[in-house]
Amino acid sequence: MKRISKLPFKGTAEQEQLLKAWLAENGHKPGAAMAALQKAQEIYGYLPIEVQRMVAEGVNRPLEEIYGISTFYAQFSLSPKGKYKIAVCLGTACYVKGSGKILAKLEEKLGIKNGDCTEDGEFSLEASRCIGACGLAPVFTINEDVYGRVKEDGSELDGILAKYKA
Amino acid sequence: MFRSHIMVCGGTGCTSSGSKKIIEAFNKEIAAAGINEEVKVIQTGCFGLCALGPIVVVYPEGIFYSMVEEKDVKEIVEEHLVKGRPVTRLIYDETVQGETITSLNDTRFYKKQQRIALRNCGRIDPDNIEEYIAYDGYAALGKALTEMTPDEVIKCVLDSGLRGRGGGGFPTGRKWALGAMNHADQKYVACNADEGDPGAFMDRSILEGDPHAVIEAMAIAGYAIGATKGFVYIRAEYPIAVERLQRAIDQAREYGLLGKNIFGTDFEFDMEIKLGAGAFVCGEETALINSIEGNRGEPKPRPPFPAQKGIFGKPTVLNNVETYANIPQIILNGPEFLNTIGTEKSKGTKVFALGGKINNTGLVEVPMGTTLRTVVEEIGGGIPNGGTFKAAQTGGPSGGCIPASLIDTPIDYDNLVAIGSMMGSGGLIVMDETTCMVDIAKFFLEFTVEESCGKCTPCRVGTKRLLELLDKITSGNGELEDLDKIEKLCNFIKEDSQCGLGQCAPNPVLSTLKYFRDEYVAHVVDKKCPAGVCKDLMQYKIVADKCKGCTACKRACPVGAISGNVKEPHVIDQAKCIKCGACVATCKFGAIIKE
Repeated sequence: MKRISKLPFKGTAEQEQLLKAWLAENGHKPGAAMAALQKAQEIYGYLPIEVQRMVAEGVNRPLEEIYGISTFYAQFSLSPKGKYKIAVCLGTACYVKGSGKILAKLEEKLGIKNGDCTEDGEFSLEASRCIGACGLAPVFTINEDVYGRVKEDGSELDGILAKYKA
Repeated sequence: MFRSHIMVCGGTGCTSSGSKKIIEAFNKEIAAAGINEEVKVIQTGCFGLCALGPIVVVYPEGIFYSMVEEKDVKEIVEEHLVKGRPVTRLIYDETVQGETITSLNDTRFYKKQQRIALRNCGRIDPDNIEEYIAYDGYAALGKALTEMTPDEVIKCVLDSGLRGRGGGGFPTGRKWALGAMNHADQKYVACNADEGDPGAFMDRSILEGDPHAVIEAMAIAGYAIGATKGFVYIRAEYPIAVERLQRAIDQAREYGLLGKNIFGTDFEFDMEIKLGAGAFVCGEETALINSIEGNRGEPKPRPPFPAQKGIFGKPTVLNNVETYANIPQIILNGPEFLNTIGTEKSKGTKVFALGGKINNTGLVEVPMGTTLRTVVEEIGGGIPNGGTFKAAQTGGPSGGCIPASLIDTPIDYDNLVAIGSMMGSGGLIVMDETTCMVDIAKFFLEFTVEESCGKCTPCRVGTKRLLELLDKITSGNGELEDLDKIEKLCNFIKEDSQCGLGQCAPNPVLSTLKYFRDEYVAHVVDKKCPAGVCKDLMQYKIVADKCKGCTACKRACPVGAISGNVKEPHVIDQAKCIKCGACVATCKFGAIIKE
């Protein structure tokens, strides 16, 4: 279930200008809504209702349709992401090799549930679909860094997380 | 001229294990050795043997280095490239026979493979169109446009016996003929690169390793059906593939291979990438079309078929990446190229993403009709840690499990369906005795429950209820009649769901129930999980005879469930135990068992 974020919207004028410029150029093209939401998420990092409203206007479609699209696709996020996004692959190959346990260990260590962000905004945790690195299973990623062949007992996790803690 | 080429795998698997840094290191070391005019470093697509990545191959010798690390690069440069002495300790051990180094093609992994769709992966630099052209690239498009009529192109594809590699196995030539038949002011060609099956990565590897093959094939399809525009619908989770495909499209435009008057003919064709946003149901063609149009990716009832009314209401021919990758070779070499390979009704080869409990995880391409045994035991190198083969899962969440008793089944479309699985896009996950089949069925069902688009009730509600029944069984509350209920519900979902997602969702449950009913019964009647996976059905126990009373487990237990005095046998309080297994990991005497 996707939840609308209760955190206040902190978009800047610059971000708004970027999005509106893109919409002015591409919003009228057929099938633009998906690409517009992808662009908006790239700019803002997530899709708060304020941003969805801008997209709706820009592609000339009702807000409820834009909301419908935002909630349909797994990649669109209605809540902000952490500075470090942790994604644990739960594809079959990783799952068979114990990535479910790794996800549970990370939830425990960060004190958040799958899909949430820590209060300080540092880490967010999510389960991801197969990222195709099945040869390295089990795998998780922190932003662009990939950690493969992770021990399922979780003994390496503290060391890995420490690298990102300020 | 370069005397040596160093091919470094830039597929996602190897990139994840650091191949980018290896390329940088090679460039640095080669410059330091002063041989940068003689040796060239090339980033290629996937070699297939992902388990041994990062992979580096040095030509002209064809020396195959595996699991190369950044610190090894200097040695390879100084010893191999400067002095001509290959670094034996890094060479893939299957290619080393005493003093001689044998060809990669003679290794167990590659010997029985036949690479058609993957022919250029690992052989060319995907970012350089010239390398693709050097291996007959775009010659098929030239042949089609200048020597063949659209009907001849369709006939060639039809006669080749090529069937859709994305799952269903519909004859590709027939699909094209349908697209050609329907007249309209605008038609579209589309490519399904929304590879959503967990554990499948063949389409991604083709796009990363040989993007021009897909572009060329789509242009040929455009010519055959009379379309001037193509869309590639690709998962946004595949950034490397998206980047390389975009670069390839730009290069093809630059070379006049996309655009107007291609090969000096009247034919024009161009294409565009559409990014998906993570919805498994978009692998279904009508859902994919909805998504390309910028809507929720919900399926639509068929007819009308996409060949009649597809993208923006126009006739559309939609094929999968691997299907397209076969096309240029078929056009260039004639239908016999493909229809002489494979079984009676399944021609050519199939790429499988081999994963799970198997030594050689990676990408393999074998002729249709190859047995599962060959794939698992020979190419895959068997099960790690001396495990025994229990089952292979094909077709992802839409497929089923093939038990060890059917390991000699020749793999093709029809055989797989006959034994309750399906080809799917080609994920092949191997399981050993530590995998619980009820748990696996549950895993796939959790996936479909989450991915069900919610449009039709049998799928939305049915899969959820089915999952609840499985949960009941794995938590130890199952009753025998639940098994019949499960079967009934499965058949209901199969018959009444609108699209392929729902119709195939029960397959993992039905096939495990068919071949591993004993295991279900063990969960229900004996309240035991034979594989020791389902937590609620197992207990950790300390064997008093073996316990030395060292207190290590007591200290490791996160919930304080273990008690006992020093040098006396300890006990686990089952009410407190959360079954995390931490105690087992710390016990040096093997005194803690799972049962």
